Amino acid sequence: MTLNSSPQPETPSVPTPGPNNDSPDMNTANKSGVVPKLRPTDEQPPTTALGQFAKLFQNSRNEPGVPNPDQAPKIEAQDLCFFYGEKQALFNVTIKVPPRSVTAFIGPSGCGKSTFLRTLNRMNDIIEGTRLAGKALFDGQDIYAPNVDVVQLRKKVGMVFQKSTPFPKSIFDNVAYGPMIAGQRNRRVLGEIVETCLKRAALWNEVKDRLAESALALSGGQQQRLCIARSLATNPDVLLMDEPASALDPASTARIEDLIFELKQNYTIVIVTHNMQQAARVSDFTAFFFEGRLIEIGETQTLFTRPKEKKTEDYITGRFG
Amino acid sequence: MSLGFDIPADDLAKRHRKERVFEWICLSALWAGVVILGILVLGTTYQAWGWLDWQFLTSWDSRKPAEAGLLAPLWGSFWILTLTALFTIPVGLGAAVYLEEYSSDTWMRRIIQVNLSNLAGVPSIVYGILGMTVFVRAFGIFGSEGKKLVIELGITQWTIPLPFGRCVVSGALTLTLLVLPTVIVAAQEALRGIPASIRHASLALGATKWQTIRHQVIPAALPGILTGVILAMSRAMGEAAPLILIGALTYVAFAPGRIDSLDDVFKDPGAILNAPFDTFSALPIQVFSWISRPKAGFQHVSAAGIIVLLVVLITMNSVAIYARQRFRTKLKW
Repeated sequence: MTLNSSPQPETPSVPTPGPNNDSPDMNTANKSGVVPKLRPTDEQPPTTALGQFAKLFQNSRNEPGVPNPDQAPKIEAQDLCFFYGEKQALFNVTIKVPPRSVTAFIGPSGCGKSTFLRTLNRMNDIIEGTRLAGKALFDGQDIYAPNVDVVQLRKKVGMVFQKSTPFPKSIFDNVAYGPMIAGQRNRRVLGEIVETCLKRAALWNEVKDRLAESALALSGGQQQRLCIARSLATNPDVLLMDEPASALDPASTARIEDLIFELKQNYTIVIVTHNMQQAARVSDFTAFFFEGRLIEIGETQTLFTRPKEKKTEDYITGRFG
Repeated sequence: MSLGFDIPADDLAKRHRKERVFEWICLSALWAGVVILGILVLGTTYQAWGWLDWQFLTSWDSRKPAEAGLLAPLWGSFWILTLTALFTIPVGLGAAVYLEEYSSDTWMRRIIQVNLSNLAGVPSIVYGILGMTVFVRAFGIFGSEGKKLVIELGITQWTIPLPFGRCVVSGALTLTLLVLPTVIVAAQEALRGIPASIRHASLALGATKWQTIRHQVIPAALPGILTGVILAMSRAMGEAAPLILIGALTYVAFAPGRIDSLDDVFKDPGAILNAPFDTFSALPIQVFSWISRPKAGFQHVSAAGIIVLLVVLITMNSVAIYARQRFRTKLKW
C-alpha cells in the first residue's frame, strides 16, 4: 500500500522532503524527529489526502510532550465487550491510556466510541438492559468490580457532554455543585474551589463579576467551559469529553482546544470527536473505532500520517464515514 | 391541459364565504361559554347583593336568614384543605418521583400508570362511598359504639376516635384519594419535562440518584408540580358530593376543635391536635344546605356563600399562577 496513491496536481518541481515523502527517516520517526521533517514549505500545499494532516503538525505543540506510552496506564480496557440488550456494540476492545495525555477516539457515527467512553465512568449503567463483559480498569482497579462505588468513580472520572448542560442555577452554584453534594458546605471553601476551577477552565475573567447570574445567560462556548470547570471541581484524575466542541463556533472550539492542551498537564483526557483535524491538533494518541471494534491506536501523528490499517487510512482520508 | 389533468374551476368567493362562516362558528362557541358564565356570576351577585357583609362572614349559621353566616364552613374548609394538602403533597410527589425516576418499565408500572389516568375520571361520589366505608366506619372492625385511643403527651392528651367517624380527617383522607391521581399525573408530567441531560450531568459529577432528584430535578419541576397541587386543592375545595356522603354537617355553630381565634390556641394548644377529629361543615356543603331550606331569605344567603366560594377559588388559582411564575424566574432558566 502506498500513501502516494492520490493524484498530485501541484507536485513541486524541486523535490523537497515533503509530508508525503516515503523517506526512510519517516518510518523510523521518533518523537523529536518527526515534526521538522513533516513541515512543508509555505508554497507547497499538501499533495495527498493524508498530507493535509501532516500540515497540521507543523504547528503542533505536542512535539516535546508526547507521554511515554509504556508507563502504567491510567485507564485500561481488556477484551471489553458491551451489549445494548441483544445488540453488541463493542467487540473485544483492548486499550491503554497513559496518564497526563490526550487520547482521541475517532470513527464514524455509531462505531461505539461514545459507548466505550461512557463505560469508563459507568454512565451506561443508567441505560436499562445493558451488559458488559471483559475488564475496564482505572488505576489498575476494575471499575465494574462489585465493591466499586460508582459515585466515587464518577468523582474521579469526570465527564463533559456534547451539548453543554449547565444546571438552571447561578454560575457559582453550577461549579460548586460537585463539592457541595460531596459534603462541602463551607461557603468560603466552595468559593475558593469555584475560583480555582473557573481559572483552570479559562473562564474566570469573563464571569468573575457575575457569579450569581444564571449559567444559562452565558454563550455556548462559555457554557461548555463552565461544564469543564464544573467537572474539575470534583478534583478528578480523568476527564472524558464526548464531542465537547461539536456544537460550537470555530473561535469557541479553538478556546476549548487550547484549554484541553492546558489541562493535559494535570489530567488524563479522553476525547471523542468527529473532527479529525481536532483530533490531530489536540491529542497525543488517537484510537480509530469502526463497527464496535478498535481498529488501530497509536501516536496521533503516526496514525494520521502513516496509518497501519487500510480502514484507518480510508476513514481519515474521507473515503467513507 | 399539458399536465394531463384538470383542476376544477375555482369558486373563490364560495371558499372565502366558508372561511368567514367557520370563523364565526368558532367565535360564537367561545362567547357562548363566556356569556353564560357572565350571566351566572352577575345573577348570583345580584341575589347576594346586600347579604354579603361582614356579619355574614363572622357569624355562625342560624335559622333566621338575616343572622346566618358562614364562619363554621370557612373554618371547616380551612381544616379540610390544610389536612388534604398535608396528606396529598408527600404521597403524590413521592409516588410521582418513584414512577418517573426509579421504577423500571415493567407490566406492574404500566398497569398502575393506566389506572392512574382512569382513577382521575372516577365520579367523586364513588370516592365518597369509599371514604364512608374505609375512614368513617373502618369496615366496622371497631364495632358500632365509638372507642377512643387516648395518647398522653404530658401537657395535653390526644384523643383519636376509632373508627374516625364523621370528622375532618375522614373528609380530608377521602378528598386526598380523590385528588391524588391528578396530583401524581401532574407531577409526573412536570418531572418528565426535565431534560435527561440535567440528570446525566448531575450523576456524572458523582451525585447519587437522590441528590440528583433533590437538587436538580425537583427544583426544576417545582413550578409544574406546584400548579398541579394548587389546582387539585381548588378541586378539593369545591367538592360537595363526597363530603355529603362522609356526613359533613349542615348546621354547625362551632369551628373544628372550637378554635376560632388565636386566643383559643394559646388557651388550649392541645385543641389543634384534636380538631382534626371534630365534626365539621364545608363551604359547598353549606351552600347546598341553604339552597334547600324553604325560608325565603336563604336563597340570598346561599348566593352570598357561592360568591365567597368563588372568591376563594379564584384567589387560589391566582396564587398558583403567581407561584409558578415566581419559581420560574428563581430557576434562572
